[in-house]
Amino acid sequence: MKSAVVQLPGLNRDRDMIDALTKISGQAPVTVWQTETEIPDVDLIVIPGGFSYGDYLRCGAIAARMPVMQAIRDKAEKGVKVLGVCNGFQILVEAGLLPGALMRNTSLRFVSKEVMLEVVNADTHFTRTYEKGQLIRCPVAHHDGNYFVDDATLAALEDGNQVVFRYAAGTNPNGSLGDIAGVINAHGNVLGMMPHPENLIEAAHGGNDGRGIFASALEVIAA
Amino acid sequence: MTIPNSIAITPELVASHGLKPDEYQRILDLIGREPTFTELGIFSAMWNEHCSYKSSKKWLRTLPTKGPRVIQGPGENAGVVDIDDGDVVVFKMESHNHPSYIEPYQGAATGVGGILRDVFTMGARPIAAMNALRFGAPDHPKTRHLVSGVVAGVGGYGNSFGVPTVGGEVEFDERYNGNILVNAFAAGLAKSDGIFLSEAKGVGLPVVYLGAKTGRDGVGGATMASAEFDETIEEKRPTVQVGDPFTEKCLLEACLELMKTGAVIAIQDMGAAGLTCSAVEMGAKGGLGIELDLDSVPVREDRMTAYEMMLSESQERMLMVLKPEKEEEAKAIFVKWGLDFAIVGKTTDDLRFRVLHQGVEVANLPIKELGDEAPEYDRPWKASEARPALPASEVAEPDDYNAALLQLIGSPNQSSRRWVWEQYDTFIQGNSLQRPGGDAGVVRVDGHPTKALAFSSDVTPRYVEADPVEGGKQAVAECWRNITATGAEPLAATDNLNFGNPEKPEIMGQLVGAIQGIGEACRALDFPIVSGNVSLYNETNGVAILPTPTIAGVGLLPDWSKMARIGGMQDGDVLIMIGGDGTHLGSSIYLRDVLNSTEGPAPFVELAAERQNGDFVRGLIRNDQVTACHDISDGGLALALAEMAMSATKGMSVSLVDQRGATHALLFGEDQARYIVAVPSDLANFIGAGAESAGVPFRRLGTVGGDRLVVDGVIDVAIVDLVNANESWFPAFMA
Repeated sequence: MKSAVVQLPGLNRDRDMIDALTKISGQAPVTVWQTETEIPDVDLIVIPGGFSYGDYLRCGAIAARMPVMQAIRDKAEKGVKVLGVCNGFQILVEAGLLPGALMRNTSLRFVSKEVMLEVVNADTHFTRTYEKGQLIRCPVAHHDGNYFVDDATLAALEDGNQVVFRYAAGTNPNGSLGDIAGVINAHGNVLGMMPHPENLIEAAHGGNDGRGIFASALEVIAA
Repeated sequence: MTIPNSIAITPELVASHGLKPDEYQRILDLIGREPTFTELGIFSAMWNEHCSYKSSKKWLRTLPTKGPRVIQGPGENAGVVDIDDGDVVVFKMESHNHPSYIEPYQGAATGVGGILRDVFTMGARPIAAMNALRFGAPDHPKTRHLVSGVVAGVGGYGNSFGVPTVGGEVEFDERYNGNILVNAFAAGLAKSDGIFLSEAKGVGLPVVYLGAKTGRDGVGGATMASAEFDETIEEKRPTVQVGDPFTEKCLLEACLELMKTGAVIAIQDMGAAGLTCSAVEMGAKGGLGIELDLDSVPVREDRMTAYEMMLSESQERMLMVLKPEKEEEAKAIFVKWGLDFAIVGKTTDDLRFRVLHQGVEVANLPIKELGDEAPEYDRPWKASEARPALPASEVAEPDDYNAALLQLIGSPNQSSRRWVWEQYDTFIQGNSLQRPGGDAGVVRVDGHPTKALAFSSDVTPRYVEADPVEGGKQAVAECWRNITATGAEPLAATDNLNFGNPEKPEIMGQLVGAIQGIGEACRALDFPIVSGNVSLYNETNGVAILPTPTIAGVGLLPDWSKMARIGGMQDGDVLIMIGGDGTHLGSSIYLRDVLNSTEGPAPFVELAAERQNGDFVRGLIRNDQVTACHDISDGGLALALAEMAMSATKGMSVSLVDQRGATHALLFGEDQARYIVAVPSDLANFIGAGAESAGVPFRRLGTVGGDRLVVDGVIDVAIVDLVNANESWFPAFMA
């Protein structure tokens, strides 16, 4: 399956993401620049992490208003899978493709560490290689990962099984509501998550717990 | 000439530019007239200590800077070292001490930004960063504020730029109460045929300004950084630059993209003394004149004077000499990344540095004398007095070894730095094989199946104070040892020499001694210095910092699958000490933190033993014979064992029965050239025999297992208690 990685000024995990997608699918993703208004035919669009536009105004706020976002929105409406990681998640939220907001970590400090994630919903395009309730290791690296939604939206997310990942007990690095680490849209094709599965996919990373997300989204048969 | 000279050049004005009367006389002799105000600013920027190395140059020349792998030594933006297969590593360490004390967040952030720019200016993509930070006493009223700001600033810039921070140091000592140290290291990867230098070539070629606009921030920063501090320090805040890592990230991508087009003849980043220093260096190195037209310089504020533009230290700016036929292609790349691109001048053949502003020539100076022919001093110096020996028999034993170990492992200086490095992105780029907390940071070489680089930054300032020569040797030896402890071959180093006021003979003596020691060790260990930086005048109200010559080194691992880590040991493994028994308690951590004394000489560094023991350990690692390795440094054997045990969360049972000497010296002595390795039990005898035949001293210490660190009836502590003591100090301090 084909994938695309969106490149915006200030994103800095685009190379990590390209590397992970290439290693897992055996095929390099196409790259899409901020000014492009059309995205080639792909099965998965990834918005990687970083500090698009320097996080000025608000994380993801400027990116959400760039021309390329309309193209992503069009693809998402047609059912193409979209994954936003870290700043990518913040951008999807700012663009209205996912509910909620990502606020500053409660510690008010940048946090870079490995946490444990609970796979809350293993029945999505992105998590089929995992078991429900499985705990996986995953690095985080962010300053604004404190997820928040209002009560009604939270209830709807929980009812709709849209919470895909939670920080396992005692490992929430940012104070997010309900330990939420990743959410999916109601249609089930747009996933946003703060942790970085692309940094835990091979022996050099000390583990490959993150691999399953890409293998699942790209329908790679597990080796 | 029609040079406006509306501001009178008074002795006070000269002095406020940090120029001494004899230096001003030299200017008058050189140009045969009174300088204009702008020219005075240019001289001040070029001839200050920070840019000219006028006090240290004579001694820096004695350092070994060549070697079979050295492609570029000191004098460029960074050093370049061959790592085989056409790959090179480009690295340097640089201080941002003075600005970080005045404005910790921006000072530290722009220190990181400056060193990253030095690396990518050479054509390398940054792949690793380290930071050696030194703060005042924990109970000094400014310390928490400075720690908080500096760490956030380092993280804020590096994380956003996208480089993993893989190592560094954080220490506290009251001698840094008035002058903290922020030494930033960066390394990048390039191809040996893709290195870019600052030497301008060709007459009449365009000089191009790239990156961010010029503002009034940082005017006179380098001059400020070349002076002592006093109570007026708050007034110096406007001399600190403001960083924008977003622009720097764009500048990185744009520069690397531009370099691929073949358009770049010469490139120099604008760091200290901004436009002045970069233009002068490019011209002086190339034997060319430079003419700048300030009306073309992109500015972010109205009505900036020539003086301000020439001395601004606004960040994220570059100067290049470009091939004229590639100008349009180059411009398109910068427009794509949203950066400024302006032709601001040209190279000339008259060796003059000419600056035009609103049609008027505001400066016209001889470029060579500004740059590589700046003044040089042979300052008087006085060697430090040797301290009398301090035998272990004159040092009190602890009443309770368990309590002493827990105190040391949980002390401000030996406790875990997790609170710090969890604010730095250590995962980004996906190549970090060893993150902070071990002996060295290790990053694999992108695109190569097995190669990796190891990085470590070290110095023990209390040793340098006790004995500058031995302290200088020890800084190099410990760096070399930490790199070796991963299995890497140490290749080359960068030095960041932080000292007090060199006009005082005793301070100058520390600098001279430390450089002598560094040179001796680098020669003995084949570990040349390929780049570096000197930071002097680290004094406040006449009190100098501890002499702190930070050494940051780079090593090569041909196959990272055989790398050693501090915490890899398994139950049943045998622990072996390589090197002699502990004897030396002078200037030790035990003496300082448990007995509250700083007396005694620094440990002697026997360089031949250092090399022999290190080569032996590296051989074991490369033969896949060790499961864990750690060097013995601050706190001696006891601390090294505890650090290994905590890292593996495994217990150890250790006996000192074979060792001779006082127990506290065996456990806390800081003798050099020592390592602990954990090896599978079936290999222990074989390794012992190997050490014996290689003439390497070794001791079988004991075995791995259980959940307590037990030493022969003197120490018996639960690993969980060690971990709690080690992890709790920093968060509690900063809470």
